[in-house]
Amino acid sequence: MTGGLTPSQTVGPFLSLVLPWPDGPFVVEESDPDAIRIFGVVYDGSGVPVGDALVETWQADPDGYFNHPDDPREKATVPLEGPLDRGLRSAAPPGGPDFRGFGRCPTGADGTYHIVTRRPGPVPTADGTPQAPHIDVSVFARGLLNRVITRIYFPEEDVANAADPVLNSVPAERRATLIAEPAEGGYRFDVRLQGAHETVFFAI
Amino acid sequence: MPQPYRRDDGTVHPPLLWPPYKSTVLRAPAQPLVVLRHSLTELTGPLLGEGRVTAADADLTCRYSGGAVVGEAQGQRIIVHGQVRDEDGRSVPHTLVEVWQANAAGRYLHKNDQHDAPIDPNFTGAGRTLTDAEGRYRFVTIRPGAYPWGNHPNAWRPAHIHFSLFGRAFTQRLVTQMYFPGDPLFPYDPIMKSVQTPEIRDRLTARYDMDSTVDSWALAYEWDIVLRGRDATPMENPS
Repeated sequence: MTGGLTPSQTVGPFLSLVLPWPDGPFVVEESDPDAIRIFGVVYDGSGVPVGDALVETWQADPDGYFNHPDDPREKATVPLEGPLDRGLRSAAPPGGPDFRGFGRCPTGADGTYHIVTRRPGPVPTADGTPQAPHIDVSVFARGLLNRVITRIYFPEEDVANAADPVLNSVPAERRATLIAEPAEGGYRFDVRLQGAHETVFFAI
Repeated sequence: MPQPYRRDDGTVHPPLLWPPYKSTVLRAPAQPLVVLRHSLTELTGPLLGEGRVTAADADLTCRYSGGAVVGEAQGQRIIVHGQVRDEDGRSVPHTLVEVWQANAAGRYLHKNDQHDAPIDPNFTGAGRTLTDAEGRYRFVTIRPGAYPWGNHPNAWRPAHIHFSLFGRAFTQRLVTQMYFPGDPLFPYDPIMKSVQTPEIRDRLTARYDMDSTVDSWALAYEWDIVLRGRDATPMENPS
């Protein structure tokens, strides 16, 4: 039996009744030795911060692997260095810590969000060429009838970024909207839904 | 590499810019979306909820304290259930479903909801569950009320329940709303009408389900949710 896709509808103004989790922004704990912090502001087309949005992130672990059964690659089960929970799907002790890869943060009244995570590793494309380290991002809000999707890339990866097939598919003058800025305490990644310096959004 | 997911042909989801819904005007991106070829980042996704969701989370009608029921919500008790599938008819098991809704009077338990209608101290309007091995979900709740929302003069939202689903991959993530059959507010609601085709819009409306009612206790509605299926071609060919 086949069925027709269910259409999207807006999250509306009251998503914070259920969608935020207390640990949502913490993909890893702040005390994690590899923790990085990514923060920013979501703006609307008139430059006003969006105070009722939700930002979600999904990413590979520092070695470029996903905590998911559809990642077909076998990851080494014995870590050569670092703690056992370093994102190892198969090596993490049963019931022990694992790298969730998913972050979720509602924006505050000032439009700000933050995510604490580890730096993702490079991820291959369908034909096996490497992509620069990146984080997939969904933004939901009142006034968005469907989520909008973008990616966060890292500023110090200039060589990998220059070769990245997704960045290269974006008009050159707009690529900078996808690259986080170094900032005190981590990285800043603002989302501009519309207008000058509008963030690049993807159809997936 | 797993198979990519089928792309929306542009007829199902609403346009991002839909001026009858005023909030889209300053929030919809103006630039065209850039087509992203699916890589493992999009073909995988968070598999959440194990250990986070309890049976009580699927019952919105009772307020609990220390494991005991200490209050019951006002309103018409209903069961809302259905199956989560993909476009190829495959069930989506063990996936997190999150819901939120107004109370029977049409008021959300949210500081920004200023509608002059009573708050129900026994109703938070928030629920969670995981689909079972066949992709089925079931909530017990109360029928939400319609409420005014200021989009235009005398604007009222038809009664609805918000649904958030993850599916199996980042590509399948879906947030939507379920409506109740026969609601007279449908023709006046720009959010529902943002879905451009009436037959596709009908997918948002639950079916009254007499067979699933519980005698002397609750009415029932059935609403199946369909997430994206896999592309027919085995692999996106490198250019």
